Amino acid sequence: MDTVLSVENLKTYFYTREGVAKAVNGVDLHLDRGEILGVVGESGCGKSVTAFSILRLVPRPGRIVSGEIVLDDRDLLRLSPAEMRRIRGDRISMIFQEPMISLNPAFTIGDQLVEALRIHRNMNKTEARDHAVDMLRKVEIPSPERRFNEYPHQLSGGMSQRAMIAESLLLNPQVLIADEPTTALDVTIQAQVLDVMYRLTRDIGTAIMLITHNLGLVAESARRVMVMYAGRVIEEGPVKSIFENAKHPYTRGLLHSIPLPGRRRRQTDSRLFEIKGIVPSLFDLPPGCAFYPRCSECQDICRHEAPLRCEIDGQHQVFCWLYEPCRKGS
Amino acid sequence: MMTWQRLVAHKTGMLGLVIILLNVSVAFTAPWVATHDPLGMDILNRDAPPSMDHIFGTDDYGRDIFSRVVYGTRISLYISLLSVLVAMVCGIGIGAFSGYYRGWADTVIMRFMDALMSFPAILLAIGIMAVRGGHINNVVIALGVVYTPRFARIVRGSFLSLKEKEFVEAAVAGGNGDLVIIFRHILPNCMAPIIVQATVSLAYAILAEAALSFLGLGAPPPAPSWGNILSDARNFMLDAPWMTIFPGIAITFSVLGFNLLGDALRDVLDPRLK
Repeated sequence: MDTVLSVENLKTYFYTREGVAKAVNGVDLHLDRGEILGVVGESGCGKSVTAFSILRLVPRPGRIVSGEIVLDDRDLLRLSPAEMRRIRGDRISMIFQEPMISLNPAFTIGDQLVEALRIHRNMNKTEARDHAVDMLRKVEIPSPERRFNEYPHQLSGGMSQRAMIAESLLLNPQVLIADEPTTALDVTIQAQVLDVMYRLTRDIGTAIMLITHNLGLVAESARRVMVMYAGRVIEEGPVKSIFENAKHPYTRGLLHSIPLPGRRRRQTDSRLFEIKGIVPSLFDLPPGCAFYPRCSECQDICRHEAPLRCEIDGQHQVFCWLYEPCRKGS
Repeated sequence: MMTWQRLVAHKTGMLGLVIILLNVSVAFTAPWVATHDPLGMDILNRDAPPSMDHIFGTDDYGRDIFSRVVYGTRISLYISLLSVLVAMVCGIGIGAFSGYYRGWADTVIMRFMDALMSFPAILLAIGIMAVRGGHINNVVIALGVVYTPRFARIVRGSFLSLKEKEFVEAAVAGGNGDLVIIFRHILPNCMAPIIVQATVSLAYAILAEAALSFLGLGAPPPAPSWGNILSDARNFMLDAPWMTIFPGIAITFSVLGFNLLGDALRDVLDPRLK
């Protein structure tokens, strides 16, 4: 598989009056053509900031301090603002959590789709219209010609998210960043919307970076999973390997905190498992492993030194002192 | 259009619209509606009360008040429409810039706007007129400056909240430039308060223009602006009330028309009704 997007040692810090918050603190990731990468972690672990960093849209006072974001052999961090604008929406697009408020209320669905085509592709009106209606049909919006002329408030949540998907995939991007794409939707609608998204991206060959808290979603759809904690990747690997053989205590904790029918009986405590404590303040990260204050298997070394990369097998890797670090790892 | 239907159903709003349309049509057809030359003096018929020939009577120079009021509609509408347009364009530009880019420029600009707003409108306009001299277009500029801060504030306020909306974030992530974001994505969403402010300002502008003319700082004297007619007539108010009543009624109705429409638009465009 060829890599479309690779991020190396990305650091995005927020410079606030209270100090420097290291929201993303040395993240490496890569996306292969057409694959789905699940990015999971608690709120505030840097998932969304990583996504916004890739688009170079980190809100102030945040700044990308260092790193490399390579798309098509070009480092996005070296592009001019105008070149970066041409990448956004065209090569890398993004869909958001709240579809109802992600569409401009002042324009019809059609207008918004057509505009993107006219800006990025210089299409004329009828061409753009045909293409847009076609796209609405592909995301399975019923009677697309009629919906084309409707305003966002006339659409339901599921319909709006389909329209958003249509808009984001209109220009055949190489990468789609989906930030909690179904959190705001009804459970019954979620599956349909995701199904549409996956089918379309498979046809186009778009890689998806699926950001979510929902491990079930990842288990079902992603090929690889990346677990983030306090601005770092702590474990990464193929879905099967992570779910069946999680190595990092944090990942195991996450997996245990999913309610499963039948699991309760096996445990002495009948309450759902929780990871004790809270995410450390990003202003004041512990010197060693960021997870050690909450870790049940914490050793002495964890307090002082950041864990090195350990390869479990092939693609599965973990950053934890419980395992033997590989020689070339950093 | 749902907004349009709601406006049609709004009775007082429609009354306001009718008054405004009447005003506008009188302004356009003034040469045919007027019975006399608004500047032509009829010395033999000075200070004549309303009659079949001069339906609103004549003034101290024997000029037909009806014709002067009719032509005054032109001046009044010209000044109010143009000055509000100037204020709207400047205010939108300033407010959009301040609200979108923020930073120290925003602080400086908005404090300056606050300073402008702290002057009583008429006083500021008098000052500007005194500097620039009496000419219709100077009245437009003076009133434009006076009303700019109101628009700037409203636009800036809307931009501050709209800028944080997800659809704007989505538009940025879609690769749009700042100008496209400002004019295509944000501005259309804050048109409702701008439209309401514009109609209300039109009413104020008509009053302000009349006041300036009355003080001798508006359209230069022979011009039949409503304020001028009143100004000429003020010495004869008790002996020849028709000289003041009719231009007064004209001012009252124009202002009423714009105010009624403005109130109706505020009701109709209220986002909570959508």
